[in-house]
Amino acid sequence: MGSSEMCRDLAGEVEKLLKTSNSYLRKKAALCAVHVIRKVPELMEMFLPATKNLLSEKNHGVLHTSVVLLTEMCERSPDMLAHFRKLVPQLVRILKNLIMSGYSPEHDVSGISDPFLQVRILRLLRILGKNDDDSSEAMNDILAQVATNTETSKNVGNAILYETVLTIMDIKSESGLRVLAINILGRFLLNNDKNIRYVALTSLLKTVQTDHNAVQRHRSTIVDCLKDLDVSIKRRAMELSFALVNGNNIRGMMKELLYFLDSCDPEFKADCASGVFLAAEKYAPSKRWHIDTIMRVLTTAGSYVRDDSVPNLIQLITNSVEMHAYTVQRLYKALLDDISQQPLVQVASWCIGEYGDLLVSGQCEEEEPIQVTEDEVLDVLEGLLVSNLSTPVTRGYSLTAIMKLSTRFSSVNRIKKVVSIYGSSIDVELQQRAVEYNALFKKYDHMRPALLERMPIMEKTASNGPTEIVQTNGIPSMTAYNKNGLKIDFTFERANPNPNIAVITIHATNSTEAEMTDFVFQAAVPKTFQLQLLSPSSNVVPALNQGTVTQVIRVLNPQKQQLRMRIKLTYTHKGSAVQDLAEVNNFPPQSWQ
Amino acid sequence: MQFMLLFSRQGKLRLQKWYVPLSDKEKKKITRELVQTVLARKPKMCSFLEWRDLKIVYKRYASLYFCCAIEDQDNELITLEIIHRYVELLDKYFGSVCELDIIFNFEKAYFILDEFLLGGEAQETSKKNVLKAIEQADLLQEVRPAPLKP
Repeated sequence: MGSSEMCRDLAGEVEKLLKTSNSYLRKKAALCAVHVIRKVPELMEMFLPATKNLLSEKNHGVLHTSVVLLTEMCERSPDMLAHFRKLVPQLVRILKNLIMSGYSPEHDVSGISDPFLQVRILRLLRILGKNDDDSSEAMNDILAQVATNTETSKNVGNAILYETVLTIMDIKSESGLRVLAINILGRFLLNNDKNIRYVALTSLLKTVQTDHNAVQRHRSTIVDCLKDLDVSIKRRAMELSFALVNGNNIRGMMKELLYFLDSCDPEFKADCASGVFLAAEKYAPSKRWHIDTIMRVLTTAGSYVRDDSVPNLIQLITNSVEMHAYTVQRLYKALLDDISQQPLVQVASWCIGEYGDLLVSGQCEEEEPIQVTEDEVLDVLEGLLVSNLSTPVTRGYSLTAIMKLSTRFSSVNRIKKVVSIYGSSIDVELQQRAVEYNALFKKYDHMRPALLERMPIMEKTASNGPTEIVQTNGIPSMTAYNKNGLKIDFTFERANPNPNIAVITIHATNSTEAEMTDFVFQAAVPKTFQLQLLSPSSNVVPALNQGTVTQVIRVLNPQKQQLRMRIKLTYTHKGSAVQDLAEVNNFPPQSWQ
Repeated sequence: MQFMLLFSRQGKLRLQKWYVPLSDKEKKKITRELVQTVLARKPKMCSFLEWRDLKIVYKRYASLYFCCAIEDQDNELITLEIIHRYVELLDKYFGSVCELDIIFNFEKAYFILDEFLLGGEAQETSKKNVLKAIEQADLLQEVRPAPLKP
């Protein structure tokens, strides 16, 4: 645990010890060298000559630490990586010997010879084979051998298989090998040991983008994992299930996912609901199915649905013209049962306001039309206004709905009365609306029908609602910052022709009720990187996720080191200046490797 | 590996080995948070969890929790094997080890750990060799009282 000065001073000694004949010292020297390189990367060159004969060791301890040293060097420097590629045949041979050799009591763990060393070699092979066809080909056979011959009854064997699978997925392996790897993961999913299942789900999540079809074959097992007892496994299974949904399996998958939504823990409900909405939007086989699915989500997990889904749903309903009558009827019936789930209530009141005339006229084609009078509808909406369960936002929705009905219903006097009562409401928002509507009745009655007529079909423009953060070029996006309503997501691209430049686009959204003005985003990176910040799209982040501020950052990373960033945000919110600093460390490996 | 912690079911820390430089304050904070998080886990849950930007691998042996923090690229399953190997080493040395052995002979527990892991990585994969190194260290420590001359 020495400091960098200590490392500089002692590096020479360490280097000498690497060559000593005492294996006890040599293994310790190798790990010291690892630490020195971590602290002072420039000294890596110094250890190069000593590494020449490291792999011809007989002593496992030294061999193991040598592999660690080589791994560290290859991870840090692409030149070293290129230099050590020639060791692949030797590594393959060592691995082969480990598997084929007889029982060695010294290094045996449950019948497997030195699993620690095997795992380490596999990891080094992964780094050497990545993006290199020749190396990948050279290790093809041994990987297949390890994958098929390793004993899977104990954790040890599975640990080796896991590392093997990771290696196969990362290098340029042939498709047969990749399918073998995914099948191993599929078998893991059926394992009794929950750790193994967890590891399998995590790995499948990483590969689902590139080997989608192979992972699809294990879909039913993955869906079964939704019923697992362990929270982490359930979450992984849920994420994976959403990734596997497509046009063909949407009906079946949705059934399972809705069942999951019903019975899962509250912490999952928000994410699951959002996932269901997204999947439904992309693959809905029919409009009726889509509306039914939305209804199901609203009624079972209504209070967990994210606030920004309400406008999206409203837009969806508006655009499904032929389903208006059916939708408003179902929503009305849902309201009769339960008015505690705010998003449901909001969508329902908006629909009743728009399509109340269809409701009372009993025009529904899709199902048996219900008999309901104008007064009953107004009773329900007024009930929302007075109920303790309704939030101020909900009250706003229902008041506006009542007002809209004045042009669709005949009981205008009742509506006038309600509206005038709320002209003296304590809630400022409600009072303002009521006063405006009152004015509409009194002074501008001739304009009322035009103002309150049916909403036209809305175009979904880019600035409507929160933008969907999607994977670009296979590099997953990430959330870099999420505090006080300000959320900043990063999406990535690797620039051509220079692969050392990562182009990051930041997307800033604001979920609070007030907009953020004078928004300035600044970033700093460690010394080995270079940063270029282009101008932002705007300085104002609109409220309630109604828009996004984007800005492009170009990061030059010649040493392919792990990307880290410190960001500083300044903006004015509700009149006061806000400043915050944050570290961003969770960059996906594909953005800098 | 970034660090390893051993603690009892009551949350008392028995052993701590840090492979990254951190201030005492940070160490205490991390220890407190992690101990709380791990102890709150139910027995049916799996041995891995994500915490900050690290992966935590833990396993309970009798009354002690063995908890390691590894990085993203490290293999969780082999870390379980590393924990198991350490327990085996302790067991062989103390002969059917229990928590009391570690409490009263913590310096030996550290010696054994230091012969097995160095800088967060395994330095010796052979059980025999690790135990041999400890034996040799023990011999050096034996002090023979000098015979009193009349």
